[in-house]
Amino acid sequence: MGDTACVPDTASAVPTAIATAVPAKTVPSRHSALVRVTHWITTLCFLALLVTGVEIVISHPRFYWGETGNNLTTPLFKLPIPASRALVPTGYGYVLPDQNGWSRYLHFQAAWVVVFTGLLYVIFGLVSGHFRKNLLPEKTDLSRRSFWTAITSHLRFERPSEADAWSYNVLQRLSYLFVIFVLFPLVIWTGLAMSPAFVSAFPATVNVLGGQQSARTLHFFVSLALVLFVLVHVVMIFLAGFWSRMRAMITGRAATPHAAGHTERI
Amino acid sequence: MSEPSRVEPSRVEPSHTESPRIEPSSNKLSRRKLITAGLTAAAGVAGLGVAAELAQKFGLIPPDHGGIWGLGETLTYASQRLLTRHSLAREFSRSQISKPPFPNEMAPPSAEFKRHQAAGFADWRLSINGMVAQPASFSLDQLKSYPAHSQITMLQCEEGWSYIAEWIGVPLSQILQAVEVHPQARYVVYFSIERDWWDSIDMADALHPQTFLVYGMNGDALSVGNGGPLRLRVPRQVGYKSVKFVTHMTVTDNLKTFGKGLGSASPEGGYAWYAGI
Repeated sequence: MGDTACVPDTASAVPTAIATAVPAKTVPSRHSALVRVTHWITTLCFLALLVTGVEIVISHPRFYWGETGNNLTTPLFKLPIPASRALVPTGYGYVLPDQNGWSRYLHFQAAWVVVFTGLLYVIFGLVSGHFRKNLLPEKTDLSRRSFWTAITSHLRFERPSEADAWSYNVLQRLSYLFVIFVLFPLVIWTGLAMSPAFVSAFPATVNVLGGQQSARTLHFFVSLALVLFVLVHVVMIFLAGFWSRMRAMITGRAATPHAAGHTERI
Repeated sequence: MSEPSRVEPSRVEPSHTESPRIEPSSNKLSRRKLITAGLTAAAGVAGLGVAAELAQKFGLIPPDHGGIWGLGETLTYASQRLLTRHSLAREFSRSQISKPPFPNEMAPPSAEFKRHQAAGFADWRLSINGMVAQPASFSLDQLKSYPAHSQITMLQCEEGWSYIAEWIGVPLSQILQAVEVHPQARYVVYFSIERDWWDSIDMADALHPQTFLVYGMNGDALSVGNGGPLRLRVPRQVGYKSVKFVTHMTVTDNLKTFGKGLGSASPEGGYAWYAGI
């Protein structure tokens, strides 16, 4: 707790104010230590959840709506891939190797770690003002014109300006908020809604989704949305300057605002 | 939380000593941080120790808690055991029953099973021993002589598919009562007639009102494809805990002596012992 208590005044305040207040040698962190650590733990967990999630889904790559679904019922849709279980009618003449055992163990273990990490991050974000200062769009950002400017500059694949290295633009802010407060809670909820034990205690978690198979289908689509976010996120990092953005998220260091133009060309 | 009160003196100190140096104060800051961190770590370790002790005492540690997946497995089992000790699996209306019920893939039955099948399962028996006062062996007719119970619940497979059926049988708790389970019993281990197919549940699940020894489905006898003549139904866990063709049970307080000591054949095959997910 000692660390987090110190973070707000050293790290997440407005960079320009800090730059003048602290001696020239101490460059403020672009991302606070807690944001960096939770970011990378989440990255590892997401990777584990994705790989094991794919592994689990190939044992039955058919999706349904409602409470039940199996090889004898009509699916909502099927993934055009072979399965890791022989009984699934996929149209392929072969069966993939089955890796469900460790995949399930790892899926749930990574889920626990990412939930705890997420809780820590959200508490920190609320207490330190990280959400308010760094992620909540400013009123002026929400005008139609500034939206339009942000969208068109993204569509033209423009490289971000110096200031962008120190703060998020409105599209980033909204995407991050959407991932943190909509997609993550949804993926946890739809995951829990598939647990027969959990829903025995909290049946509403699955009933409002329309059934256990609906929860499974929604879990798949929310995961797809998260994968889409990660893909765009990684592409944007390459466009903005891979090493400068990686360094900022690993060491916390980024080019100081006035020197930004220089280092960004590295 | 006592930190802020301690911040003041150390920050004020340099001006008292009128020392222009920054070193001492930063040293003190780091020492303070060190002490705080040390205390936090000690409290954390002590907290974990207490948590482990309590978890052990209240039976919140699954038998497959060792190894790299132990953390997630223990968290899942402990939290769900605390949340769901008495909760009931969702039951459905008759109109929601899947038609037809899906019989899952099975290995070819053993010669012993085929013999029973040819004889119409007339000699099928369920024996129970271990920590019970009255070890016993029940024929199917004896099991059917108990008042029949039914539940319309979902069987969901870890693969992702599911179906809803009416399961007819006798609650396991009634049979356990009949054989007089010792109060210190902690698990019921159950075995299929098929080799290397066995599992176990804790007493919370064994005594749960929806844990059935099932011999009927949707008004008929339980088909072989669905686990007939006798299957254990554990509706709050995924399908593989509902072992088919059950012939034997042992009540115990220690799973170490069964197989590799991981609680069931599932962890030996790489799957979690607790499958409430």
